[in-house]
Amino acid sequence: MTGPSLLATGPVIPNFGEPPGGKNGCIAQNGTFCWDWVSLHWSDILQPRLVEHIQLTAIAVGIGFVIAFAAALVAHRQRWFEPSFSVLAAFLYTIPSLALFQLLVPFTGLGVLTIEIGLIGYTLLILFRNTLEGLRGVPEDVLEAARGMGLTRCQTLTRIELPLALPAITAGLRIAVVTTISLATVGAYITPLGLGQPIFYGLQTNFTTEFVATGALAVLLAIAADLIIVLAQRLLTPWAHSRRLAT
Amino acid sequence: MSGEAAEIVFDHATKRYAGRADFAVDHLSLTIPAGEICVLVGPSGGGKTTAMKMVNRLIDITEGDITIAGRSVRSLDVIELRRGIGYVIQQIGLFPHMTVAGNVATVPRLLGWDRARIDARVRELLELVCLDPDTDHSRYPAQLSGGQRQRVGLARAMAADPPVMLMDEPFGAIDPITRERLQDEFLRLHKEVRKTVIFVTHDIDEAIKIGDRIAILREGGRLAQYDTPEQILASPADDFVARFVGADRGLKRLALRTLADVQLGAVNGTSPTDPRCTSSMTLRDALSLMLTEGAKQVVAVDDAGRPVGTLSIEHVSDLLGPNA
Repeated sequence: MTGPSLLATGPVIPNFGEPPGGKNGCIAQNGTFCWDWVSLHWSDILQPRLVEHIQLTAIAVGIGFVIAFAAALVAHRQRWFEPSFSVLAAFLYTIPSLALFQLLVPFTGLGVLTIEIGLIGYTLLILFRNTLEGLRGVPEDVLEAARGMGLTRCQTLTRIELPLALPAITAGLRIAVVTTISLATVGAYITPLGLGQPIFYGLQTNFTTEFVATGALAVLLAIAADLIIVLAQRLLTPWAHSRRLAT
Repeated sequence: MSGEAAEIVFDHATKRYAGRADFAVDHLSLTIPAGEICVLVGPSGGGKTTAMKMVNRLIDITEGDITIAGRSVRSLDVIELRRGIGYVIQQIGLFPHMTVAGNVATVPRLLGWDRARIDARVRELLELVCLDPDTDHSRYPAQLSGGQRQRVGLARAMAADPPVMLMDEPFGAIDPITRERLQDEFLRLHKEVRKTVIFVTHDIDEAIKIGDRIAILREGGRLAQYDTPEQILASPADDFVARFVGADRGLKRLALRTLADVQLGAVNGTSPTDPRCTSSMTLRDALSLMLTEGAKQVVAVDDAGRPVGTLSIEHVSDLLGPNA
């Protein structure tokens, strides 16, 4: 048996000794998916890459959200701002991810900064659009009632418009999080961070289990993140799910 | 500004939109005594909603002034002003993300009331507008019927006990039966909490029913007549008003009074075939009863069925005559 310290660097098919499962086992035969490999490398490959991936995603969506949210607030008050920001965000969105990372390298180097800038760029369009649509979707009569009752602009925003925009905002967040989780795997092309790293490695070494398992993990992460946001939204917007009780 | 009703005075209040030659509201002057309901009525384009919205400055006054209890609305801080005025609109504008209680508590919260006071006030108001404080309290607007929503809208507008209420076609989008009930409830409510109310409608029947006074506005925001319903129906100022109140204005006038309001004729000489009615019946319904029964008079009876007086067709006709 080989020790974990040797495997930590990630040789996928050990050249010495017998892999778990023996000579004719799944790993030795390069099967499509070997549980032995997953359980053996959970703590040294999969789990750390998963944590990195979550961090990459959280930072990208977090910063992207702050920028898009602020831009949507400005655009909500100043109509001229919307087309200019939309064009910028849409432009960023259309650049192929690999090309965008490559373009950034001369300026920001082969590091996490390059990946984050790229990922943030992709979240902007969807978060900006959804936040703005959410704010604009507040019914006119609700706004008139708020004004007539003496709510200030700021109170109208925080107490009426933002809570009512929440379903649209979270809908945007869901898409942004899921696409970022998927896109962040490409980031490993720049620097070996996140779930993209074992995927690239598995592809290079032709060891199927490594990229299948990591790919599946990325999909599970996306589903889990999506579920968490949906649940959070349900808790935050009980009014949006209340059933009619009266006639 | 809370509690006691306040007099509202329109002093040549004028609204003219930039770039428009005509007036939205043309030098409107009228005084609404404290505690009365003034209905602004008229065809579309008459500026009735504009006139109302100038009071809480949702629309700015171009010229002239409006005072509440002697203070110009222009001199007051606009946010303070609005918090002191109850505002009810046709589409209601309930906040969909807040419960019934949350909606009603909006202005008290803005005013910084403590929790206990707000809770007590919300319960009191829900009872006042015939909602159940226990079950309706934590419902969301989407769970209510149209009539219930407008009741919440009314409770919300009255939450901080404002001396003035502005109501913009509040019952306009509600089915006729519920509308009638809400009108009756509103009038009962108004007797309990005297507030100065400006009520906008395009429905002359609603105006006659609700208003202590009616201001009829015509195209170009000009005041055609400002008077009590009785006076407007009895002597319309001009052809426009006469047409607006309708050719049946005589009947509408009869609907304003019940048998209890008029001097009834002597009971002797009634025939057993004369239709019977209670003295709470309106003169209009009594007349209709005579016409459908082919009788010349109706006999008003008390709860025990004993005749208390009579009303004849001639009597009704006299009541509408020029000397009435």
